[in-house]
Amino acid sequence: MEDHFSSIRFLLISALIVMVGVIIASMVGMGIQEESKGMAKPTFLFLWLFTSTGKLFSFVQFIGFFGPLIGIFLGFDSINRERVSRTLSKLLSQPIYRDAVINAKFLAGAAVIAIVLVAIVLIISGLGIRLIGVVPGSEEVLRLAIYLIASILYISFWLGISILFSVIFRSTATSALASLAVWIFFSFFISLGAGFLADAMAPIGQSGAGMDPTLVVKHEQVQRTISLLSPMTLYSDATTTILDPMRKTTRSLILMGPLERLSLSRFQSPLPLLQSLFIVTPHLVSLVAITFLCFGICYLVFMRQEIRTV
Amino acid sequence: MPYSSGWGGVKVENQAIIEAEGLTKKYGHQIAVKNLNLQIREGEVFGFLGPNGAGKTTTLLMFLGLTEPTSGKVRVIGFDPTRDPFHVKEKIGYLPENVGFYDDMDARQNLQYIARLNRIPDKISSGRIDESLKVVDLLEEVGKKVGTYSKGMRQRLGIAEVLIKEPQLIFLDEPTIGLDPDGTNRMLDLIHSLGREKNITIFLSSHLLDQVQRICDRVGIMIKGDLVAMGPIEELAKKKLGVDKEHYTLEEIYMKYFKEA
Repeated sequence: MEDHFSSIRFLLISALIVMVGVIIASMVGMGIQEESKGMAKPTFLFLWLFTSTGKLFSFVQFIGFFGPLIGIFLGFDSINRERVSRTLSKLLSQPIYRDAVINAKFLAGAAVIAIVLVAIVLIISGLGIRLIGVVPGSEEVLRLAIYLIASILYISFWLGISILFSVIFRSTATSALASLAVWIFFSFFISLGAGFLADAMAPIGQSGAGMDPTLVVKHEQVQRTISLLSPMTLYSDATTTILDPMRKTTRSLILMGPLERLSLSRFQSPLPLLQSLFIVTPHLVSLVAITFLCFGICYLVFMRQEIRTV
Repeated sequence: MPYSSGWGGVKVENQAIIEAEGLTKKYGHQIAVKNLNLQIREGEVFGFLGPNGAGKTTTLLMFLGLTEPTSGKVRVIGFDPTRDPFHVKEKIGYLPENVGFYDDMDARQNLQYIARLNRIPDKISSGRIDESLKVVDLLEEVGKKVGTYSKGMRQRLGIAEVLIKEPQLIFLDEPTIGLDPDGTNRMLDLIHSLGREKNITIFLSSHLLDQVQRICDRVGIMIKGDLVAMGPIEELAKKKLGVDKEHYTLEEIYMKYFKEA
């Protein structure tokens, strides 16, 4: 863990993220200041700091997109660097259990992630309080805490992926590229692929006129199902719902029945925290599951590997 | 004598510290070590010879419990390394071939890290670190980052690292490979003095014969996974080169075995 904090790589990435965080916070903060001038402050204004998109993107979107990079950067060479510098066999000849090595790598990484994220959220909150002059209520703080936990899990999942590659591949460059490839696949291609597949399975015309409604529904369903395979979708669905009490479902408007739409437009008050949590429980559970699954695979592969030095 | 007491292990006089019986390791269909029988007595300096790829490192890894034998039995300082690697690793030192260090730390930090992994309290370890750095003659260089060390210095630091846990038994895998003549001599003298003065059992694997001849009590010759000969050098010379031969080198004996295999 000392390792992580003192490395130049880590300083660079966290500086970048803190910087972007601060910029977003001040941008959004000023935006909110302007918008809410002269009118009664809406509830949960504070959470807007994180979810409002401002001019470019919101902080939540930013972490959803670039958070994986933190995980990958922290993990991609964790095991194979020890192999390349020939410290691994020495390390394993000390009286420690073999799993201590991999556990420590993962836990140290996760701890660093947690510290960075908490720090950023605190910075943004501090700036936000100064800029918009609104102090968060207890529910907002709770929502933020849940958001933080989900984010730590999400980035730890990517940490796990990159540690897995560092166990499998001997060269650090290969493992870095492999983790980046997986990241790009899940961030860009899954959503593209979901669109293509949905078009193939339930083709709908471009014109919009004379469309078969069942086909549209099917199209939408296929697209949703496939994009849910991506941890990024899981994460962003979960966190936007948690941070935005006005959001009452993760489904798109097309898939709702008329009564559901009606009730949504009737009851416009924010959801209580518990209800928001209910909506995204499956997402959160899946996040926990894939994180642990990923680490479990890492653990197994590492424990079964031969320690030949050459 | 700083290393004379406090090992705490199983203390046995002139008894086997390593015992291998029918030890075999296969990688797929390839046999790396074939039916190895071996006994190393406490306090001796044993040279383990063989060409590259003969299975020397594999044997060492099996003694350390880092690789599981396919069949056969091993006991190292009274423990089975496969079942009980923890106790074995606690009391033996291992210097891998071309040992690595954390290059951005200095010598003391590297040793401190290893000491902590061995659960040696900082109070005790700082004394031991000074002691072992003195033994390997690196005290003046202690503040430099290990990345700037020469090959010879790294290898000596490796020895210091092994000494930190005050082992009963040290495994050295090709300790002089890639060193210049001066570095080689210093290394050999160091190994010799460890064996003689500190009474540490030393198991040395190498393919550099003249060096082994200088410092070892007994040698074993391994070729293609087979231990073809074992015993004191003079004995092997008598057996292979004839009784009358006065001047022999280990190389002659070795080549004789090598051609037969």
